[in-house]
Parts: sequence; C-alpha cells; structure tokens
Amino acid sequence: MTEEKHVLTMLVDNKPGVLSRVVGLFSGRGFNIESLCVAETIDPLISRITVVTKATESGIEQIEKQLNKLINVIKLRKVSGPKSVQREMALIYVMAKNGQRAEILRIVDIFRGKIIDVGSDHFVIEVTGDEEKISAIINLLKPMGIKKISRTGIIALFR
Amino acid sequence: MENKDNRILTGAQILMEILKSEGVDTIFGFPGGAVIDIYDELSKTDIRHILVRHEQGAVHAADGYSRASGRVGVCLVTSGPGATNTVTGIASAYMDSIPVVILTGQVPTHLIGNDAFQEVDIVGITRSCTKHNYLVTKAEDLAGTLKEAFYLARSGRPGPVLVDIPKDIAKTGVQFTMPEESNLKSYRPTYNPNTKQLQKIITLIEESEKPVIFAGGGVILSKGSKELTEFARKAKIPVTASLMGLGAFPGSDPLWLGMIGMHGTFRANMSVGNCDLLIAIGVRFDDRVTGKTDSFAPNAKIVHIDIDPTSIRKNIPVSVPVVGDCRIALDQLNQMIGEANLGNIIKKRQKWFNQISRWKTTNPLSYKQKEAIMPQYVIENLFNITKGKAIITTEVGQNQMWAAQYYHFDKPGHFITSGGLGCMGFGLPAAIGAQVACPGELVVDIAGDGSIQMNIQELATAVQYSLPVKVVILNNRYLGMVRQWQELFYDKRYSCTGMDHSPDFVKLAEAYGAVGLRATKPEEVVPVLRKGLNSDKTVIMDFQVEREENVYPMVPAGAPLTEMLLV
Repeated sequence: MTEEKHVLTMLVDNKPGVLSRVVGLFSGRGFNIESLCVAETIDPLISRITVVTKATESGIEQIEKQLNKLINVIKLRKVSGPKSVQREMALIYVMAKNGQRAEILRIVDIFRGKIIDVGSDHFVIEVTGDEEKISAIINLLKPMGIKKISRTGIIALFR
Repeated sequence: MENKDNRILTGAQILMEILKSEGVDTIFGFPGGAVIDIYDELSKTDIRHILVRHEQGAVHAADGYSRASGRVGVCLVTSGPGATNTVTGIASAYMDSIPVVILTGQVPTHLIGNDAFQEVDIVGITRSCTKHNYLVTKAEDLAGTLKEAFYLARSGRPGPVLVDIPKDIAKTGVQFTMPEESNLKSYRPTYNPNTKQLQKIITLIEESEKPVIFAGGGVILSKGSKELTEFARKAKIPVTASLMGLGAFPGSDPLWLGMIGMHGTFRANMSVGNCDLLIAIGVRFDDRVTGKTDSFAPNAKIVHIDIDPTSIRKNIPVSVPVVGDCRIALDQLNQMIGEANLGNIIKKRQKWFNQISRWKTTNPLSYKQKEAIMPQYVIENLFNITKGKAIITTEVGQNQMWAAQYYHFDKPGHFITSGGLGCMGFGLPAAIGAQVACPGELVVDIAGDGSIQMNIQELATAVQYSLPVKVVILNNRYLGMVRQWQELFYDKRYSCTGMDHSPDFVKLAEAYGAVGLRATKPEEVVPVLRKGLNSDKTVIMDFQVEREENVYPMVPAGAPLTEMLLV
C-alpha cells in the first residue's frame, strides 16, 4: 500500500469555521495535508479550497468521502490528468553577492520569474509554475544561499 | 387581519415556534444565565421540560427518548460548563447516529472571544462529534438555522446537531417568517439504491450455499426491521446483528444466530467466519465486530448496504457496495426476491443449516452456577419475568454484554445502549428518556456498580417526574470488564479496578425517594425482580453477584473472529 500525492479541489460555503472543519477532518482522522490554499471565488458566498495530500488508494477514497460528507462542502474533485492545470507560486529570498548576480538573473529569466525586490546583497524572486518547476529553481538557487522562502501550495482547475 | 407569518418575535419566541413546528413535545435540559430568556419563553408553552441533574444526562435522555420513540430528541443547556457537560453525550449520540438537537446558550455576541464569564467555544469543541453545528450570529438567521438543524439531525445518516444561541439573539426581536423545508445544495443523502447493484445481490443469493445476513443499527434507524425480517425469511438466510442492531430481527426466530463480535455467540461468529456470502446492512464494521480484519469472513463475498458512503470500504473491502436507505433497499430486494429462482439453492443450504445447529449445540451461551448469584441468571430471569417485552437500556461493560447476550429482543427500539462510544453512565438517563417517550412501557436499566455511579444523580430526575424506571445493578464490586481483561491478559494484576467502597444502593435509593431492594443469594433473585418490576415507583435492585465472573465467548482484541475464548 504505497502512498501517492493527490490534489483535491473543493467549493465550500464561505462561512466562518468551514476551513476548520476541513482541516480538522484531516487531523482527526489521521490524514496528512501537504499544502493548503483557500480563497473566495467569483461568488462571494463560495470559497475554493485546494488541498494536496499523500494517501494510499483506500486512504484517498476515504478522504474524498469524508470531505463530501461535510455539510459545507458543495463540490469536490480530485485533480489529475491532462484535463487539469496546476500551479504554485513561490517567493524566494536569495543571497546575491557580486559575481553571482548575473547568474541568478539568468536562472530567473530561464524560469520566467520576476525580481520583485533588490537589495545590496539579495534578490526576492517571484516564480510560478507546476511543483516540479518550483523545486527545480529552488535547487538551482540553493548554492547561492536561500535565506527565506514562501510557497503558496498548489492551486488547480480543470480546463 | 394579522398576518401570522409576519410578526416581530424575539429569538426565544422564534425558537418556540420552530420547536412547535417540529412537533417537539419534550425537552431535556438545565437552565442557566445564557438561556434564561429561552426558559422564560419555554414556560409559556406546553412543551414538557424534564429538569436533569447534569447536562450529560440531558443528552443521554434525549438520546434514549429518540431511540424509544423514533423521533428527534432535544436538549437545552446554558453556556460554558452547561455546554461542555454535554460533550460526552453528544459524542455517544454521534457514534450511534442518533438524531438529537442540542441547544446551547452562549454569551452575548459582543462578548464572544473575550473569555467572558461562562464562555466556551462549544462549536469548536463539538465540531468533530456532531453531524453539524452552528453558532447563530444574527437573529435573522435563527429560524432558518434551527429548521436546518432538525432536518440534518433526522435525515440521511442521522446524528446530533448543535445550535449555539447567544443571549442577545434570544432577546432580539426580528421579523419572523416560518422557513420552508431545508434544501441544502451541498447535502443530498442518497436514499434510493442503485437497482443494478441490488440485482447483483439477488444473483449472489441465488448462488450462495452458505449465506449470512449481518444487520446493524442502520436497519433500526431506517425503520426497516419488518422488511429485514421478510427478506431473511423469503431468502432463507440466517441473521446475526451487531450490538446496535439487536431487535432489528426477532430474537425468537429460528433464523436468528445471536449477536456477532467480541462477545458474540459462537454460532454467529463461526457462521460469519465460514459463510460464502455476507449481506451487511446498516453496519460500519466496527473493530469490536470484525476482530482481525484480514481474517474477517475470509471466504465470503461481502455485500454492504448503507446510507453513508464513508462506511463502505472504510474497514472491510466489499464485492457489492450499495449506497442507500436500508429500508428502501430491503423493500426492493423483497420485491426482486419474489421473482428469484431460489428453489434449488435452498435445498443445497440444508448442510449449512445443519452446521449452524451443530455450532449452537456444541457451544451455546452458558455459564456455571455457583453459590453466589450469577449475573447471567439475573438477566435470564429478567427476560422471563418481563416476557422479553421491556425496553432495556444498559450501562457499559460486562452488564451491557450480558444484557445483549441473555435478553432476547423481538422488536426494534427496545435495546438502548451506548454502542460506539461505550459510554458509562448512559443507561439511567437513557432509561429516563425512554420512559418519557413511552409512559406505558416497562423500562429497565441494566447496570454495573461502577457505571451506575457515573450518572446516579439522575435518580432525582426520575423521582421528580414519577418515572418508574427500574435499575438492575449487577454489583460485583469491580469495574468488571477491565478486571476481566486484567485477569485474562495481564496475569490477574487488578490495577485500580476494585470498587472497594460503594454506597449502600438500597439506602441511596431511599434517600432519593426511590425504592431500594437487594438480593444476596440466588433464591432471592426472582422475588426481588418480581417485587421491583411490579412497583409503580422508581426502583433500584442491587444484585450482589459473583465477583469474578467473565463474559464469554470472548474474541481477544485483534484476534480473528472465529478464535474465541469459551467458558
């Protein structure tokens, strides 16, 4: 029974306590949350929650059923396959000493990232992409010295 | 002309309107500062209020009321400690899927979050043990929220729903319109089962030489006992049930195998272990039922009918999953089975029935008579004297298991026990609730000397409202079930399970204004039972039983169901 990564996207009532019900379900039943993203949709009464979780085949079946059972979960789908798009954004605070600045700029350019803050010895880089792309740029920047990082976790939609 | 549905009402008045519209005639509760406005309004209605002595008792009583009547139980408590005291009762109702609406008072909205006097975040606390819960933040929302709470409690897989009502909302006047029936887009229970799946069940029945039906509390909750009985008889399939399912099928029927599980009968557990088809209806395959899951019904195709999709394939893989209402599914199966070709297979099943009879004869439920009163003997006589017609509630532990084994239930709603949570202190308040629901019935709480003391204060409630509940204490001066485990699995190290001091239950009963009786010798059992049961008062009967008697059969935790310790 191997655990695999799953992306779940759900529409929920935009009411106080709803996120807590979703998160509490994961912790209370021993499931894991790898990342979590929540915001209002175009309808202010509805929010979208995207959760990345690791679970076995029977585990993810139970997670989906349990989430569907929550009264405030309106619609739930497991996101996978070519019919879906998935993106993540990261802000990376990387040390940028003389002699490395050009190299960093080149990497950022290749990954179509943006420099959103420049200091005498650092850049803050904004980059979006799928999870692999984010991990790849992080690996390339690691030798320069990443001081801080903030990742949003995956958001996803069906085409 | 006054438009009846366009009035300015306070929150408390709105609550009364909704309660009336839901047909609520009884509330179990305990007043306090945050609900004083609601209590004031309650006094102007003809809704009956039963004043419990502890809020846990209020929820258990509402639970017992619901199970005995098939209706939604309601309780009303104040904020803070009033609310926290309900948690155990709510968790028990949640595990057993009992429809209860819990109304809690809350501090005024402007004080919420300020650590105000008697403030707790009860919605946060009970989130994981309610089907759903609400904090009402606007008076305009109250009517709709309450209506929705009742709808959620009783529909689909039932369960407890809590509504937290701040004090200022109970006092605020708003325009009141009776809400329409709730229609939630995110909540659509599946009642009608998939016909193709049902057809697969019929095909499996036509092929099965060794079938077993396993019924659970879902059959009782869906009011499908009649349909289950018809189904089993038509298809000639023997029936076992979980603790929660006792009474779903007549205990006097020749097809009855007895209870399944850790303390199930030898023949029920062996039948499940050896069957080739297991039809599970309204169950959730609790670990106390399955034993080691890998060896549960190892040779069987398993069919699972339940209204809650999360129950299916949670613990046990199944061949044919059916999501739907148990009663509706059984009703449709009964129609289909009329057309099924069962003649030959039923002849082939004779070997199976012979095998089951042998299991019954070789290892029936039994115990050895000793000099002291045997607890099983008390229950057997209780069953005989009441002709199996009493409503039985239980506490939790050995008393509960002996009640399940030796009292045989022919009808649903007659065995009321805390199955999932296994909550000591359940039986007496639940008996009070059942007695309120069924004034003409004999209601008996089968208790142990340990668990009866967890909510003994409710004796005052029973006496105050002249509720003639009978409490049968199987008094072994131990926390018997834990002691049994210590004897069998911990080399008889009886760590902290001796109840070396208990009150004199006879004097205690008298102090509360109830009747107290005691039996210390086997020959006193029947006279004490007769005297106690014939009384029109609240009665405690203290049976001083054999101290170290064990419940058998017993499947040790984690062992396969067919590997039982026997007498």
